[in-house]
Amino acid sequence: MSERTFRVWRGADDGELTEYRVEVNEGEVVLDVLHRLQATQTPDMAVRWNCKAGKCGSCSVEINGLPRLSCMTRMSVFEEDEVVTVTPMRTFPVVRDLVCDVSYNYAKAREIPSFTPDPKTSPGDFRMRQADVERSQEFRKCIECFLCNNVCHVIRDHEENKEHFSGPRFLMRVAELEMHPEDTADRRRTAQEEFGLGYCNITKCCTEVCPEGIRITDNALIPLKERVVDRKYDPLVWLGSKIGMRPRDTPIAPNIRRAEGGGAEGGGAEGGGAEE
Amino acid sequence: MLPAAIQHPGAVTATEGTGPLPASLARRSPQEVETTVTSTTSAHDDRPGGGRARLNQRTLRTDRWWLGPILTTLGLATFLVYGAARVFQQDHYWVAEHHYLTPFYSPCLAAQCAPEASLFGRVPWELPPFFPYALLSLPILLLFRVTCYYYRKAYYRSIWQAPTACAVREPHRSYTGETRPLMLPQNGHRYFFYAAFVITVINTWDMLVPYFHGTEGGFGIGVGNLIMLVNVLMLWGYTLSCHSCRHIMGGRLRSFSRNPVRYWAWTRISTLNHRHMLFGWLSIASLMTTDAYIALVASGTITDLRILN
Repeated sequence: MSERTFRVWRGADDGELTEYRVEVNEGEVVLDVLHRLQATQTPDMAVRWNCKAGKCGSCSVEINGLPRLSCMTRMSVFEEDEVVTVTPMRTFPVVRDLVCDVSYNYAKAREIPSFTPDPKTSPGDFRMRQADVERSQEFRKCIECFLCNNVCHVIRDHEENKEHFSGPRFLMRVAELEMHPEDTADRRRTAQEEFGLGYCNITKCCTEVCPEGIRITDNALIPLKERVVDRKYDPLVWLGSKIGMRPRDTPIAPNIRRAEGGGAEGGGAEGGGAEE
Repeated sequence: MLPAAIQHPGAVTATEGTGPLPASLARRSPQEVETTVTSTTSAHDDRPGGGRARLNQRTLRTDRWWLGPILTTLGLATFLVYGAARVFQQDHYWVAEHHYLTPFYSPCLAAQCAPEASLFGRVPWELPPFFPYALLSLPILLLFRVTCYYYRKAYYRSIWQAPTACAVREPHRSYTGETRPLMLPQNGHRYFFYAAFVITVINTWDMLVPYFHGTEGGFGIGVGNLIMLVNVLMLWGYTLSCHSCRHIMGGRLRSFSRNPVRYWAWTRISTLNHRHMLFGWLSIASLMTTDAYIALVASGTITDLRILN
């Protein structure tokens, strides 16, 4: 048992880092220490958590500046005298303390055209081999902790890009559907033009922070970029489109953007100026 | 037009007054809270202000995040400076006795090339001195590496600083990524891959020829041969582990089980692709080593150590 110094973000967007001395025992993780803080010193501190096993994706925070799951960050990775700084995810608005409003992610998720099987098939018709589903299975490991979307500099450092960029998590979802052997939709054009794949400059931070170890950049984003090249920048496809052989592009899910746009107008003005 | 809800997500709660998290905290104990937000006292009604945490520090990272970008910059700069110096030196690129030709001059196309060194003949007119002898291959190989998915990461991070390191704020006011017309050539990586593939075949040929030019004619092996062999292996490693190659070999397919051969190829390329960065740096190192060795032998500074004939 030892006493360590923790600096924790307290308050909403205009909050501040507050220093605490807190007891730490062997084998504990950062979330345990946050819970001890809650139990002993700061009963009103807001922390989002659930499974404590790195599988629910709730306890995403930034620890010493690095986006991590607090339940999977052992205290033993820090030096004895190291100050541990815990802040909420920077990319999303703070509700309070360490809890963020991650609704941006849900809005982006809704835009993606869902799985579109051949209408002639009915449930039970698909026979797929392991080789066919392997790639998607890696992406399905995602626990939606949104650490990848949080670390991605496209929206982390440029709030204005949130409008046209869905983040690695949802571009990976598009890639997953694109690689599905029974899917018939073509999301390649929308991936580039609506979900902002072109903003991705493959600097791999999403892969670095993924607690599930999904190789997001190598296995989802780059293959998706290559598929976009097939669709948009291949001279043969371009020639084909000139002589009438147009590929059919699947648009984004209908009634997603405009329908909500009217309702939240006022809120936008209020929330303005919140960026760093 | 996107709803304001997405531009300022926090604002939604403010407008609609749902205040989903703090409000729910007030009346429930942690065990009951399905949303897993815990707080043991009643929260005051501090609704979200609608913004991010106002942290002024560029990053709160305490590790040496700046080390990677610095090393990358130094590595790339070393290669570019060395490569440029050698390409414009236009000498010491060919060891006539053993037919060693440095990869920086292959295939040698300029009229000034040594006749035996030029595999495909020479252009009939003399080029101004600032044109590299390997007129075609150098620009193609440079573009192949510039548009490479690994090198893009490397220079976007270390030189362009977007971002310098993960969770470190980038210094740019705005960011458009690869969406602007200027960045469109990045999408042509696969075409440079095709060309680089052909050039790697030529390099392989260059590597094989010296085996049949021993000191007394006939078969022979020297240290130069071995260095060139390693170099060609690294070049193949780098070229074949390319992400575009992976896509072309099988990544573009929706169904693998209907294309077993391409699936097999894809799995092999994927294994190599894991090490694309490693091959990128190893091939840079082997290119410089090969070239330096051949330059030293060609200039007579050292003699090629012969193992066999």
